[in-house]
Amino acid sequence: MKEPLKAVRITDKVYWVGAVDWDIRDFHGYSTNRGTSYNAYLILAEKPTLIDTVKAPFLPEMMARISSVIDPKAIRLVVSNHSEMDHSGALPELLKLIEPEKVVASPAGVKALRAHFHDLAPVQAVKEGESLDLGGDRLSFRMTPMLHWPDSMFSYLESDGVLFSNDAFGMHLASLSRFDDEVPDWRYEAAKYYANILLPFSDIVLALLDKFDKTGFSPKMIAPDHGPIWRKDVKMIMSLWGAWARQKGTDKAVIVFDTMWGSTEKLALAAAEGLAAGGTKTVVMPMRLSHRSDVATELLDAGALLVGSPTINRQMFPTMADVLSYLKGLKPRSKIGAAFGSYGWAGESIQQVQDALVAMGVSTCEPVKCQYVPDAAALASAYDLGQKISAKLKEPR
Amino acid sequence: MKKYVCKVCGYIYDPEVGDPEHGLPPQTPWEAVPADWVCPICGVSKEDFEPVE
Ligand SMILES: [Fe+2]
Ligand SMILES: [Fe+2]
Ligand SMILES: [Zn+2]
Repeated sequence: MKEPLKAVRITDKVYWVGAVDWDIRDFHGYSTNRGTSYNAYLILAEKPTLIDTVKAPFLPEMMARISSVIDPKAIRLVVSNHSEMDHSGALPELLKLIEPEKVVASPAGVKALRAHFHDLAPVQAVKEGESLDLGGDRLSFRMTPMLHWPDSMFSYLESDGVLFSNDAFGMHLASLSRFDDEVPDWRYEAAKYYANILLPFSDIVLALLDKFDKTGFSPKMIAPDHGPIWRKDVKMIMSLWGAWARQKGTDKAVIVFDTMWGSTEKLALAAAEGLAAGGTKTVVMPMRLSHRSDVATELLDAGALLVGSPTINRQMFPTMADVLSYLKGLKPRSKIGAAFGSYGWAGESIQQVQDALVAMGVSTCEPVKCQYVPDAAALASAYDLGQKISAKLKEPR
Repeated sequence: MKKYVCKVCGYIYDPEVGDPEHGLPPQTPWEAVPADWVCPICGVSKEDFEPVE
């Protein structure tokens, strides 16, 4: 039988030669419910060039796709836009197989690759604004530190107007289609990627978009390292990124909680009713059934975060410590919120949650707490809390 | 001498150590770090640093 794995042509000269990972459900603690793809790109210029590779186990898939259009040994230049192992894992083995003339990365990328793969073939650094002649075609490099690693850079193929953006503008979404217009239901996955990977670097995202704007840079295509290639919605994904980076919370609240005997849950549901009565879009997420990366996604466009935890042995519930630690690292901005919870003895968790919210920069309302099972008065104060937050979300911020 | 931490990547500028790789010898206080110096890890400028408490 003929090899079923083929390269996919995306412009005259550029081919997608990546791999589709249908199986992955946990990407370093981020739930990838729809799998992902590791996108590598082959430029069939006079000097054939490969941009990024794939996660190590997918090397054979990438090699098969490359072989469908060219002998892999004909590749003369390899570019590593990002050192993270989902894109560099196959690099050491690939370099041994094809022995290209030159391998390049950003200055930070050179160091990071060396720190990952200790006996890697030599990699040369390219700097901001530098370009390489692929034999008539120019490939230029733009440093994009902290989008999302220090080593991240973009490569731009001027002749075809294709921006190879590594993880930027990407998403985890496995598909047999390669283009945005062939994968219409990408919105949640794009938001999830932004919320979980880029949110802490929102100022840097805004500076980048601003620079694009001021210099009139508008690529015809954006080819990220995960998910669909942007050819139809290039402008839309950039403006979504701008909106997500600005973090103007909408009239939406996320309630995360855990519960031991159902009492903190009762408070959560009462608060949710109060919010909904005020017209606030409300998402309720029980933390033993919800993934932290989905909480981050729901919180992306929310204006409020309410966190409920029972007290277990004088601590907040472990699932709540997990999600609060995770969210803190993502540095969400301009949220309002509150802590709540039921307890049996002293109720330390409520203050712990409150402190965690404050440390995260959330401006908090008075917590709602009750001993053991909430009575009508306790439920009413949780409902009132929901109403109060709903009203606050409507104030101009 | 006060240490400063990069708010983006967490790198700590320690005046005792300086940043010799980028021309700042040990014992260079924060105030003497030039305005065009950037974080050696992530490349952001001095404004993105805050004092370590
Ligand atoms: Fe990455
Ligand atoms: Fe990635
Ligand atoms: Zn830094």
